[in-house]
Amino acid sequence: MARASRAVRDDDTQAFDQARRQARDARRSRRRWDVLLVVGLGGAIGSLLRFAVSEALPHDAGQFPWSTLLVNVVGCVAIGALLVMITETAIPHRLLRPFVAVGVLGGLTTFSTYAVDAVDLARAGHPRLAVLYLVGTVLVCLAAVLAGAVGARRIVVQ
Amino acid sequence: MTALLVAVGGAVGAVLRYLLDGWVQRRHDSPFPWGTLTVNVIGSLVLGVLAGAAIYGHGPAELQATLGVGLCGALTTFSTFGYDTARLFSERAPLYAVANVSVSVLAGLGAAAAGMLLAAAVWSRFVE
Repeated sequence: MARASRAVRDDDTQAFDQARRQARDARRSRRRWDVLLVVGLGGAIGSLLRFAVSEALPHDAGQFPWSTLLVNVVGCVAIGALLVMITETAIPHRLLRPFVAVGVLGGLTTFSTYAVDAVDLARAGHPRLAVLYLVGTVLVCLAAVLAGAVGARRIVVQ
Repeated sequence: MTALLVAVGGAVGAVLRYLLDGWVQRRHDSPFPWGTLTVNVIGSLVLGVLAGAAIYGHGPAELQATLGVGLCGALTTFSTFGYDTARLFSERAPLYAVANVSVSVLAGLGAAAAGMLLAAAVWSRFVE
């Protein structure tokens, strides 16, 4: 009798544990899917913005790529400011960082176009301009991250 | 139409970057941003191939918009690269920061040039 009731209890416990595991797995996979969704949505928005800037400021292969420099600098100011706000203010929404930092700003900025721009400049007979572009972009973008972070911290502290 | 292709490529590229970055970074117990370096080098190589194909008159405009502007543009990132470098400086790991910049720029540049050369080797045969 006692053995039978224990067996029932064990069955109950197992069923309960299994249901809990299933609920947890469902929660986790839902979480993962909504993160991927906002990353993709942000990536589409950021890429469209970058495309619009490149259409507004077109350059041929071998001309100085102002549009690439502009999107990269703007994206770096924004990520510096955003991550200060996320880490130093109240609890942010958990999808804010995937949407804005990974999606929009990751989609807005580009490393591949930067690298190909530099090869294009060198191929067009401007190797010194290519080096200036490579080094200049890195320095300006690092300054942009710092400027964004310092600016945001000033606003947050006030 | 072009904008739609850019948006679709951008969405796929951003998701791929998120997954690949996480996958690579989980395999390295290090403050060095291996994941960002990986996506940036792969994207530069692919965009190099596309740019090389375009020089030889291959790779239609739709493909360039989807894969070049959209996918490669969003797969790679300058904002995370810049933020990671600034973070390494502020965490008193200046060697990591300098290494991140030098390796990323040289590897990205090398990958883009290699992609273009690869495209030239493949498509110049069809042109002849």
